[in-house]
Amino acid sequence: MIRRVFLKILTSSTVVLVSGLTTPIRLLAEWNESAFSAKNIDSAINSYFPNKEIKRSDRIKVEIYDEVENGAVVPVKINTDLENVKTITIFADKNPNPLIANFNLGETTLGFVSTRIKVSEPSNIIIIVNSNNTLYMAKKFVVVHENGCG
Amino acid sequence: MSSSIRLKTKIRDDITTVRAIIRHPMETGFRIDDDTAKLVPEHYIKKINFKHNGKTIFSCDWSRAVSKNPYLSFMFSDSKIGDKIEISWLDNIGNTDKLETLIE
Repeated sequence: MIRRVFLKILTSSTVVLVSGLTTPIRLLAEWNESAFSAKNIDSAINSYFPNKEIKRSDRIKVEIYDEVENGAVVPVKINTDLENVKTITIFADKNPNPLIANFNLGETTLGFVSTRIKVSEPSNIIIIVNSNNTLYMAKKFVVVHENGCG
Repeated sequence: MSSSIRLKTKIRDDITTVRAIIRHPMETGFRIDDDTAKLVPEHYIKKINFKHNGKTIFSCDWSRAVSKNPYLSFMFSDSKIGDKIEISWLDNIGNTDKLETLIE
């Protein structure tokens, strides 16, 4: 159904044809397969940010409950007043694949993101922020009672 | 077929807050189906893209550890009522959806 509608749109104008065809291919190519499939926190971070120094920062605020019943839905809110934020990346150190999500921010986007993640067991939620091409890190421990990755 | 995307915007001064919910199972590949007793294959959104008046202002690379029916909120400046917002997503089996709206 989606495919049929998509094809109909594609044939209706060449402008849509170009953007419609190239965008998904380009988007997929940028997805970092090795970092997303890494099985421990160190290799996930090293794979996503190769050979980069990461500094602790108290200018990244991580809002997460201390304790969550169901690890399948763990709300996470990140706020930072660091300048020129390019990326905000979320890891959970005990998840089967610790890299959870990366957000790329444009020039007009504020240093804020709110989402919901799955956490398999009590874990440090590690946030890495790229500000002016320097990496900063903050973390917060969350207790989950029910595995959210099953 | 109704859109998988629900998107709300709220503007104050020139700063817009975007809230989006996408209907998607976000299957990890670890879950066992109660009826068939078999593993449900992984099925999750990998990429999301947001544009403001045609320019990408926010994009996401996701693993299967983003919760089912993903929720997402972010904020951006230099915006006004009537500006165009576009969101599109792509999942690991090639499904895609998109939505356009105006800031109100």
